[in-house]
Amino acid sequence: MRNMWIIAQREYKHYFVSPIAYVIMFTILVIVGIIFALNIWQASQPIVMYSPYVPDVSIITGPMLFMFIFSIPALTMRLLADEHRTGTLELLLTAPLRDWELVAGKWLGSFLFVLTLIVLSLLYPLILHLLIEPGLDLGVLLTNYLGMILISAALLAIGVGISAMFSNQIAAFFTTLVVLVVLWFLIGAPADILPRLGDFFRYIDLRDRFYNSMAMGVLNLSDIVYPLTLLVLGLFLGTLTIEVRRWQ
Amino acid sequence: MIRVNGLTKDYGARRAIENLTFEARQGEILGFLGPNGAGKTTTMRILSGYMPPTAGSAQVAGYDIISESLEVRRRVGYLPETVPLYNDMTVFDYLKFMADLRHLPRAEDRVDTVLDMVGLIERADGYIGNLSKGMRQRVGLAQALLHRPEVLILDEPTIGLDPAQVVEVRNLIRELGKERTVLLSTHILSEAQQICDRVVIINKGRIVAEDSPENLQARLSGAQRVSLRVRGESDELVEKIAAIPGVQEVIALPEGVLEFQHAPGQDVRPEVARTIVRANYDLLEMQPVGMSLEEIFLELTGKKRK
Repeated sequence: MRNMWIIAQREYKHYFVSPIAYVIMFTILVIVGIIFALNIWQASQPIVMYSPYVPDVSIITGPMLFMFIFSIPALTMRLLADEHRTGTLELLLTAPLRDWELVAGKWLGSFLFVLTLIVLSLLYPLILHLLIEPGLDLGVLLTNYLGMILISAALLAIGVGISAMFSNQIAAFFTTLVVLVVLWFLIGAPADILPRLGDFFRYIDLRDRFYNSMAMGVLNLSDIVYPLTLLVLGLFLGTLTIEVRRWQ
Repeated sequence: MIRVNGLTKDYGARRAIENLTFEARQGEILGFLGPNGAGKTTTMRILSGYMPPTAGSAQVAGYDIISESLEVRRRVGYLPETVPLYNDMTVFDYLKFMADLRHLPRAEDRVDTVLDMVGLIERADGYIGNLSKGMRQRVGLAQALLHRPEVLILDEPTIGLDPAQVVEVRNLIRELGKERTVLLSTHILSEAQQICDRVVIINKGRIVAEDSPENLQARLSGAQRVSLRVRGESDELVEKIAAIPGVQEVIALPEGVLEFQHAPGQDVRPEVARTIVRANYDLLEMQPVGMSLEEIFLELTGKKRK
């Protein structure tokens, strides 16, 4: 555990010396800010529909998750692929730490970075809370953010696992991007087409889970279990890859 | 202590090392000598816990390299051949990171100590990316020394250093080798001769010779050869010198040079000198022309001598 923390610390610090992390952080917060402002503006217009439009937290968490799909590959691509390319993996693999501690440490570093971003984004719900009557439903805020944290943790783990397979960052980036796009946008599609297995695809549809339960303030056990399963799977994949590479 | 038994490693269909068996005792500096691609780095990577062998076994510092890999890695200091380092870290931060991974108490002090040992204390706050090759090499060496390892595995430790640094690093290794086990690979034969207690010569993944540098030299050169030079022509001396007991095969060469062989362990040089002087020749020089380690090496590894 201690080794995992040492690896994580180094990675976390590393994000703040590279421009890419600042660019991602800035872009996400600005775009979410714009979407947020547009929603507030729309809500402040005279009522044109039958019921008044009251924005909720998902106007923040939804766009953030959408942008995570495209930025998480950039945050994880380097983590193990670059160690492999520069040969520094040899240092880590001959140091007294277990392969899973290395992979989990890399993941933790990236997760702490995303967590920092998520904490910064709390500014928007705070503003929203002050603007609407009678304020935000804290339960809904909690499930929204919990969903966002769980899902980003799972996606980061997948990215780390894929990064372990490549020595080229760009290859790791695009492979991760494809997997995340499938997991977020496409995997639920067969649910409505296939006569059977529909329930299975609904179960593994992350986006459906988020929007139709956590974003609405509902929290099922499977909403927690499924992202955690993905997380473990991603880290396991990364550890397995490192192990296999040792044998080559 | 390093004990290697029947170590074999295949990369796909290619066999990198085959059935290596050797031993390095505590307080011994074992040189690992061989041409490029002989399997030196592969062997060292296996012993450092980087990768498992295809077959065979090895114990390092008393632990099995496969089933007790973590214990081995705790006790081994390893300098990889390419000296991989994080270019975007400072020397100090990098060593601190490696010291933390090894859970060293008072890591900062220890980092300062090893930086002092390798003579890099002034560059502690410089970025690794800005260091010269020789300095990088020393950062790698510092990293290998951080945890006072029982066993040091150094893959080409003096490559890329300037002559003064080479001397310093060799002295440092010799010092470290007094109480530790050091396995170092090199392609510089004089280096092996200078600092190693024993040498293992490996070629195409197999051990071709294993002995002390002196014995290797003696064993392979067989009879000792001596070359001498006198003023004038040496033709007349051939018979006189050939008559001295123990002298074999005398050849006269142009410009007063004469070469002869004598059985090992029997120094006939004083008698040869007296004979020459008695024959009224001026003896200008006399030297042994033993086979150099270079020649031994080329012969063992199957390359043609010039």
